[in-house]
Amino acid sequence: MRVTVTANGTEYVREVEPRLLLIHFIRDELGLTGSHWGCDTSNCGACIVWLDGKPVKSCTLLAAMADGRALRTVEGLETDGGLDPVQQGFIECHGLQCGFCTSGMLMTARWLLDRNPDPDEAEIREAISGQICRCTGYENIVRSIRWAADHDRTNADGSA
Amino acid sequence: MQVPSHVEYERATSVGNALSLLGRPETRVLAGGHSLIPMMKLRLAQPEVLVDINGLAELAFIALDGGWLRIGALARHADLLDSAAAEQCFPIFRDAERVVADPIVRLWGTVGGSLCQADPSEDLSAAFAAARATAVIRGQDGERAVPVREFHVGPYETVVGPGELLTEIRVPVAPGPGTTGSAYEKVSRRVGDWSVAAVGAVLRLDGTKVAEAGIGLTAVGAERFVAAEAEEYLAGRAADEESFTEAGAIAARHCHPAADQRGPEDFKRHLVAELTVRALRRAAARVQGPRPDEPMRGAR
Repeated sequence: MRVTVTANGTEYVREVEPRLLLIHFIRDELGLTGSHWGCDTSNCGACIVWLDGKPVKSCTLLAAMADGRALRTVEGLETDGGLDPVQQGFIECHGLQCGFCTSGMLMTARWLLDRNPDPDEAEIREAISGQICRCTGYENIVRSIRWAADHDRTNADGSA
Repeated sequence: MQVPSHVEYERATSVGNALSLLGRPETRVLAGGHSLIPMMKLRLAQPEVLVDINGLAELAFIALDGGWLRIGALARHADLLDSAAAEQCFPIFRDAERVVADPIVRLWGTVGGSLCQADPSEDLSAAFAAARATAVIRGQDGERAVPVREFHVGPYETVVGPGELLTEIRVPVAPGPGTTGSAYEKVSRRVGDWSVAAVGAVLRLDGTKVAEAGIGLTAVGAERFVAAEAEEYLAGRAADEESFTEAGAIAARHCHPAADQRGPEDFKRHLVAELTVRALRRAAARVQGPRPDEPMRGAR
């Protein structure tokens, strides 16, 4: 079947089998390999992308379900050639080691901050509770997202 | 690598269109897909045709309507968690939704999908059973209403027949404020996991006495997710610790938990007794409405 999606603002048309999973469509058909294929059981969150503005575990959707919809992946986070504050936060606060979970963490972090610009630690931990990181113990990921929240707010205040 | 077997994909454009597409044999409804697609990846399900209903916005509502809280089958778990209408009359749903899977899965998984999956450890089945909700099922010949307590035929089996679609769940709202309270208590091994055991309670009081109790149990082999004997015991009794403790003991005696990787049978019975008391206690405390000082947790 023919699947048409907009990914990070660019339209793609591909002929695929209806059984193709969204994560494989994104990686193998669109060549956007920043999203990772992890546990394959919707537990780890390495494959999280946005579909029509909401994060989704893309190993648990079919590419067919994304037909006519808008995808946003980690490649679409940066704006005007600059990193999103959540990306910068992971650099500043050492929010990753191996990097496998990172793109999923970033997509959830951006979604959280769009809805709740000033989350406390418990709210950040709740937001990423469906994702697994085997390196950091989450501590630095929480700090990274908090850093991004402060940076987002500083920008919004115009005092950056 | 887990790959579903070959399947055809159809996207429904209306409920009527979905019903005609569902007329073909070996067809399954695809809603959030968060149970069906994992089952297809493991080849536990091998439908020949999928009918995607995600575009049916007319099934994605939550509204207070007359004496009912009406929940469209395509409402997402996150919608129910966030719903002010639901929170107002049934805090049990917020309690339950807060512990269904994780925040990302809750954005896509649907209320109707959870009921139709009919997993014996599913949370909303117990919550809706406690609330004596009604399932609305549509077929080519029209609509029928089935009490949720008669909706589940067995594990992974419901009364929704071939060519039919669950469209809505209706929960009766007790007339007048200050008579009903509800709560859901769950124990799981880790965040986002299925229940080891969980109990939902809906309590309607007449002064200091129980007018009617609804108690739903999940993951412990309760028939149709209901603790019927405990409900009967509570009717007309004082809404106090003593009655709640006895109701918990009765619920624990009458369910049929199976020993598995989540724990032995006696542990699960212990949980049923304790969680029943906690759910009833919290439901009773909420009869005047949720207390404003009650801690709110979660990112939303």
